Amino acid sequence: MSRLVRMDETGHTTVAEWTLDDPPAVEAAVLAFRAELDNGYFAVVSEGEGHAEQVRELPVDASLVILRRPIAGG
Amino acid sequence: MLTRTGRLWTVSTVAHAVPFIAGAVALTVLLPVLAPVSLLLLIHAWVIPELYASRGAKVLRPRPRASAGAECVALGLLGDLLDHGSRELQARTGVALERGRFGVWLLGQTGALLVRPGGRRVDCYCVKVPDASLPPSDRIAHLLLALRTDEVGFATVANLSFSGARWRVRRRLAATAREALDVAGAEARRR
Repeated sequence: MSRLVRMDETGHTTVAEWTLDDPPAVEAAVLAFRAELDNGYFAVVSEGEGHAEQVRELPVDASLVILRRPIAGG
Repeated sequence: MLTRTGRLWTVSTVAHAVPFIAGAVALTVLLPVLAPVSLLLLIHAWVIPELYASRGAKVLRPRPRASAGAECVALGLLGDLLDHGSRELQARTGVALERGRFGVWLLGQTGALLVRPGGRRVDCYCVKVPDASLPPSDRIAHLLLALRTDEVGFATVANLSFSGARWRVRRRLAATAREALDVAGAEARRR
């Protein structure tokens, strides 16, 4: 089961869950993913220490995709 | 880029301190009766770099905790992103350790501290996710993911608040952050 989670004031919220053998769930996840990007979130797939990739299309084979806000200098 | 920035900070610190030291020496030699004034000048020469270091240390200052439930959820996600050693360190100190190309990073809620290879110099960055509603661990996770995605971009977006000797910053940190800095320093010395 793959998950799309958004970091927010609750800790994190699961926005979508899907498996590759469930096309309607994948389609719903893609739509939710685009909506979150439109809301200003960045999507990241962490690949272990030192590595993460920002993605603009939902990587449907990733187990976890995290949505984060942009950072800014303080 | 970071090496040049570090050198500029060193030059700036020297430029701040040397006139006071020179003035103190000159006064003492020319008019020994003004030795107390010379002492004041020397104190100035010492205090100015200390104030910069104090500003740098603020990047790892602990912040008030959010609601326990949200923080617990956020902590779970952050723990999943960290390796075993970093997870344990974060649990003890509230600071996440991340090894990068530029050195060893310590990530707090409102900033990051980079221990450069060799472990003697640190760069303190003010950087945060501008959303006050996020629980502390989510704030750290934001910085962690941004750093992992683009280390150069991270160091560019962040505001450098201090660059200099690790010992100067260490004295200004809370005990827990000091422990994290020691671990990062040991890690950086091995690089």
